[in-house]
Amino acid sequence: MSSAEIKRKKVLFISSCGGHWKQMRRLEPAFVEFEKHFAATDASYYQFVIGQPFHYIPDASMWNKIRLIWQALSVLMLLIKLRPAVVISTGASVGFFALFFAKKMKIKTIWVDSLANVEQMSLSGSKVKPYADLWLTQWEHLATPTGPYFYGAVL
Amino acid sequence: MIFVTVGSQLPFDRLTIAVDEWAKNSGSAVPVFAQIGISTYKPQHIDYCQTMTPDDYQSSLEKADLIISHAGMGTIISALELGKTLLLMPRLASHSEHRNDHQLATLKNFSHFANIVSIKDETELAQTLDKQLSEKKFYSNLETEVSPALINAIKEFINTVA
Repeated sequence: MSSAEIKRKKVLFISSCGGHWKQMRRLEPAFVEFEKHFAATDASYYQFVIGQPFHYIPDASMWNKIRLIWQALSVLMLLIKLRPAVVISTGASVGFFALFFAKKMKIKTIWVDSLANVEQMSLSGSKVKPYADLWLTQWEHLATPTGPYFYGAVL
Repeated sequence: MIFVTVGSQLPFDRLTIAVDEWAKNSGSAVPVFAQIGISTYKPQHIDYCQTMTPDDYQSSLEKADLIISHAGMGTIISALELGKTLLLMPRLASHSEHRNDHQLATLKNFSHFANIVSIKDETELAQTLDKQLSEKKFYSNLETEVSPALINAIKEFINTVA
């Protein structure tokens, strides 16, 4: 097999819309050697990543159980189809599900909690701890010796 | 052009009403366009829409001379990247505008940026807006770089991926 045929490893960037998405995209420089895939909870977000693979995941909130289950299944199906080497998320429920299933599939997982959570980790961000191989906050004062860890922020 | 944006997930009538009232009373010739999401109040004196495509949203941000928004990270990052004046009014749980008051903390922690102006509540909007419109501002050195240490930590971690 020639080197051109060796497939690049895939990374899946997955988050809800708005601020989570904007922060997540600022982490792309860490993945120059990867084939980047994006997933978000708004189908029109493909417009932000023209020319790159985009996957739509249905929106949900912690208050609607049926939509949450549908969202979780959509995330699981995407992971099975893609088989990424790394999954990274900044929030929220969609990112939690992605890391939860990815961890069970032995895919490396990264959580970078949103800058919006200044006083405490987000709900998804605290629940995701057991499934995040790299569990980060963007606020130094929220870091503890057992995680979340702090290295810096996207701003 | 003044661009107002409140996100797509939750209503923010206090801000929508305050901008509409300002447009009615100020006599300003500056056009206003508002993305009001699922706010129930429908503006009478400004152009608005519920949601926007990413392309339209981005071009409105780029065209705007001034942006007015809730204290959400998406708008904060966009305004920093584009070097635009951004008036922020926090969503409050007491008005059922969010689950909690985390936007107060966000505001406190980002108001040190030169382009960010915080508004406590709707009563401050008109005065602050008039003042900002009278001062054309340019921001030359907003520090918006991603922390190299954060990128390196992630790089080091993914190097362990076989």
